[in-house]
Amino acid sequence: MSPREIFALRDHLGAELKGRTISDAHDVVSLTDILSQTVLGGRLRELSGRAVLLKLSDQLRSGLAMIELDGIARRMLLCPPDLNPAHLDALIADAGIDAVVTDEPDHWADSGVSLVVTAQLPPTVTAPARTERATEWLMLTSGTSGVPKIVGHTLEALTGAIVAEGSARGPAPVWATFYDIRRYGGLQIFLRAILSGGSMVLSDPHEALGDHVARLKARGVSHISGTPSHWRKLLMSGSAAQFAPAYVRLSGEIADQAVLDGLKAAFPNSSVGHAYASTEAGVGFAVNDGLEGFPADYLGNRNGVEMKVVDGSLRIRSTRTAHAYVGRSAAALTDDDGFVDSGDIVERRGDRYYFVGRRGGIINIGGLKVHPEEIEAVINRHPDVRMSRAKSRKSPITGGIVVADVILTEGTDPTRAKEIRDQILERCRAQLASHKVPAVIRFVEALDVTPAGKLARTDA
Amino acid sequence: MSVRSKVIEAIRQIAKEQKVALPELSDDLSLHETGFDSLAFAILVARLEDDTGVDPFTISEDAAFPATVGDFVRAYENVPA
Repeated sequence: MSPREIFALRDHLGAELKGRTISDAHDVVSLTDILSQTVLGGRLRELSGRAVLLKLSDQLRSGLAMIELDGIARRMLLCPPDLNPAHLDALIADAGIDAVVTDEPDHWADSGVSLVVTAQLPPTVTAPARTERATEWLMLTSGTSGVPKIVGHTLEALTGAIVAEGSARGPAPVWATFYDIRRYGGLQIFLRAILSGGSMVLSDPHEALGDHVARLKARGVSHISGTPSHWRKLLMSGSAAQFAPAYVRLSGEIADQAVLDGLKAAFPNSSVGHAYASTEAGVGFAVNDGLEGFPADYLGNRNGVEMKVVDGSLRIRSTRTAHAYVGRSAAALTDDDGFVDSGDIVERRGDRYYFVGRRGGIINIGGLKVHPEEIEAVINRHPDVRMSRAKSRKSPITGGIVVADVILTEGTDPTRAKEIRDQILERCRAQLASHKVPAVIRFVEALDVTPAGKLARTDA
Repeated sequence: MSVRSKVIEAIRQIAKEQKVALPELSDDLSLHETGFDSLAFAILVARLEDDTGVDPFTISEDAAFPATVGDFVRAYENVPA
């Protein structure tokens, strides 16, 4: 009885590829030997068939626990580091959690979760386990203010885009990401590292950017991904010098032409690509021509991913999307035809589609709908601008007006501020409807970025 | 710079940006005759708030929006310190 062979993460690992590692700022663990090692104190058998909450304070143990649990647990729920503890009980109930893997077992003593397994480093020796089942991967949505939604994936769906791209020629890549691997964008990179036969360098939220980049260089990182906000921060820091990855990837936010050009200038020998993916819709596509947006002929059916635009919003159907929201009052994940509505609004200009913003991120200006991202894209195109954020501000005259906070590129002469402000406004007036032109432009030193790597828009 | 000259300068700057041909500014000129639309006034009030720290039209619920340039300037001059 073998209806279909089930592959788990362990089946992509093996002792034949030497020198593979996964590392963070403190520890390096060999991936070559990982199948005969355990971070779970050899207690993996107890977790067989369980619904496991993965609640660890670091990415390294999380990644190693994922490798062990995949194919053994019935489901595993990945908790990102910024998860509000107040939401844990609801998530445990909705996901039917009956075991927790943690590094803080004392916190779980009276929790009502029947099985608590401690994850610890360094790994200890154990007998290799065999894949028993297709484990359901549960991830949490980001960006919602209430209890996050639980999104159900399979490893097959999560790795669909990676398998479709096939393996690259040349030496196995060393992957890194600014994301946390317990979020969709970061998990994609972790899975790429495992499936490609390569290594993985994890981020650390407590590490200074300059130290992080030094570590990326020291570990020979060749492939690296982050959000446009992550990348703008790197460009602003001046730490990018001497770091020369072969492949630079952006996802998670709109990659505008300014950030693509900025990366191309900072990494002249790298290929720079942006990918479209979300926790629910999975990986839609990658764009590698150096231009913002995507070719209009990506709509329709392309490499098994079907895309269409309904009411301006991109809808995606493929085997890479999540299969359901999980929980008692979970909404339907797809429309009647099986398409996931991304909520990302696109606009066709010529033979290309451009992302203009999130449907939920619209600000209201005197009764007119405005996507802040559309304004930021125009501002960011000014050569002296590194990053910007548009938002609404109350006005006694019109109800609301657009204002923008702008970060200038490093080393810009502050006495040019007025001149630059006038130029930005001139560009905005030339390219945007008058109600979208910022009434006030403020120059700021920093803009908040969320733990998920996206520009914070909470007070918009 | 006096409050009056700050207000007048902001009006001229926004007129330039919005490509509005301002008539000669006098206290008696009605705001309607400046050629400013509501968006231009909204910009003016927002910038003056950043510049002077006050928005006289939001502070007082019952403040009628001024009718003339002179009324507008006085709304800023008469804000209690």
